[in-house]
Amino acid sequence: MRDRYKGLLGAELRVVNIGLDLFATALEEQGVTVIHMDWRPSAGGDARLGELLERLKGGAAPRSPDGGQGG
Amino acid sequence: MTATNLVLKNTYRDSVVLMRISRELEAMEGIRQATALMGTPNNKRLLEEAGLLATPGETATPNDLVLALQASSPGLEAAAAERARHLLESRASAGTGSGYRPRSLDGALEALPGANLALISVPGEYAAREARRALDRGLHVLLFSDNVSIDDEVDLKRRAVESGLFMLGPDCGTAIINNVPLGFANAVPRGRVGLVAASGTGLQQVVCLLAAAGEGVSQALGVGGRDLDDRVGGAMMLEGLSALEVDPQTEVIVLISKPPGPSTEKRLLARLETASKPCVACFLGVEGGETGPGPVSVASTLDGAAGLVLGKLGGRPLSSRIEPRVQDRVRALAGRLGGENGRTIRGLYSGGTLCYEALLIVRGLIQEPIASNLKLEGVPTVGSPSGVSGHVLIDLGDDRFTVGRPHPMIDLRQRCAMLTTEAANPEVGVLLLDVVLGYGAHADPASELAPAIEEAIRVASEAGRALACVAVLCGTDGDPQDLGKQRATLEAAGAVVVSSNTQAATIASALSRGDLGLIPEMSS
Repeated sequence: MRDRYKGLLGAELRVVNIGLDLFATALEEQGVTVIHMDWRPSAGGDARLGELLERLKGGAAPRSPDGGQGG
Repeated sequence: MTATNLVLKNTYRDSVVLMRISRELEAMEGIRQATALMGTPNNKRLLEEAGLLATPGETATPNDLVLALQASSPGLEAAAAERARHLLESRASAGTGSGYRPRSLDGALEALPGANLALISVPGEYAAREARRALDRGLHVLLFSDNVSIDDEVDLKRRAVESGLFMLGPDCGTAIINNVPLGFANAVPRGRVGLVAASGTGLQQVVCLLAAAGEGVSQALGVGGRDLDDRVGGAMMLEGLSALEVDPQTEVIVLISKPPGPSTEKRLLARLETASKPCVACFLGVEGGETGPGPVSVASTLDGAAGLVLGKLGGRPLSSRIEPRVQDRVRALAGRLGGENGRTIRGLYSGGTLCYEALLIVRGLIQEPIASNLKLEGVPTVGSPSGVSGHVLIDLGDDRFTVGRPHPMIDLRQRCAMLTTEAANPEVGVLLLDVVLGYGAHADPASELAPAIEEAIRVASEAGRALACVAVLCGTDGDPQDLGKQRATLEAAGAVVVSSNTQAATIASALSRGDLGLIPEMSS
């Protein structure tokens, strides 16, 4: 296995779940180590203000449109 | 009737929890409509379009929960609001078993040292930022969320490649990593087939067909539906292919996608020529056959791909026969669909790739105009099936249907409503749908779809018409929903149920044309 994938493929999965609670529940049911974040929109839910704050912290990003939650 | 809005400040809940609350409130006596949504601009627009936005809801923020109600009396609205509060409290305390829920990614990493994967399914407008944070902290990312811009996708995948990380998605519905199903994924045996797919349900269909033939999966990596767009250039499919080449468990590699962008297709095929393991490429609609000097086979359908894999492994061949009892049902339906009966097809899919494949198959077999919300050359684009004349196949997982609500593999309400609406259209004679099982999907989809199918058949029957319902059931014996029970429930409701999407689309086409000779098993 190339080094770059060693951290994931073939390793024990340790998952941070951010979003739908049901995915964390599904992993727990399978005995996978998972921590579920109590996520909520930052900057009071203002996506544009959130981007600005992120830029100030150094994580610049292209603009993303309004969106939904799906697969 | 006017709507009442109740706003619960700073009460964030995910779309699946909100869906469950909406359903429980709508089941209350005297409640005509109940919708629980977060107060994002998009959701407020949806409420307004539905005539459900009232004064308090207009000022809600994305962190505020809006409860929109229509009840037969004001007293009932108060009771529903009280019930909603109670449900929210119980759900807030229920959660997942581990107890501690950190508010930040850094908090999560402190609590879970050695974390290696972030599974992200927040609303699209926040998703790229969360993914960027996770990559910055050295985590591989599976980004389930859709409604993420292509600019963000290019940026995220560039960062991931530079850091030696997987960036699976956005809009990555599925993966099976180290035998763990993630997102929407089926329980399959451990095995020797490695897959990389820019199509979630395409991957699910192939692994289910392989599992039925006794073959398991080494690794299955979804990379998001736009990975082979020329702007993204197959960044993660190429990384996945390299990873599977050196994975000792993988003997055959399968690549699955809708047709790639022209330059990405060239790049990918050139890369496949140098692949160190046998490969099967399924770019839906791209004609099959052995190609190039290397050990690469190309399939044009998903069950064609599964068949080629089994051939390369020298195992049990794919069982392509439609069971005799299913053939009998199809014959009986064909007899009832004669004369002046409507014969057009309504395909209502939750899986985008399955819908796309069905579109190709139906178009090829019926030789009549067909419309869809999926983009395919020569196919007129429609947003929804309502009011459209002729055959229509709709992918309900399309971004437009998932804003502010869970994916249709979780939330079946829209599809159930459409089934009965379309059944009332005198033109319609055949309903075609997918039922996708596995982790992450609805816990018992047949329990909701079966009454809707029965109702659809009844609506048509009362209007003096026959109506066929054909379903592809995509699942394995190991899935939590109980494959056998799902099949039995759907069949008892009147559906023709098969396990291959190719078969389902072929049967639907044959019934529509009144020509069972289109079905290979029934052509004699």
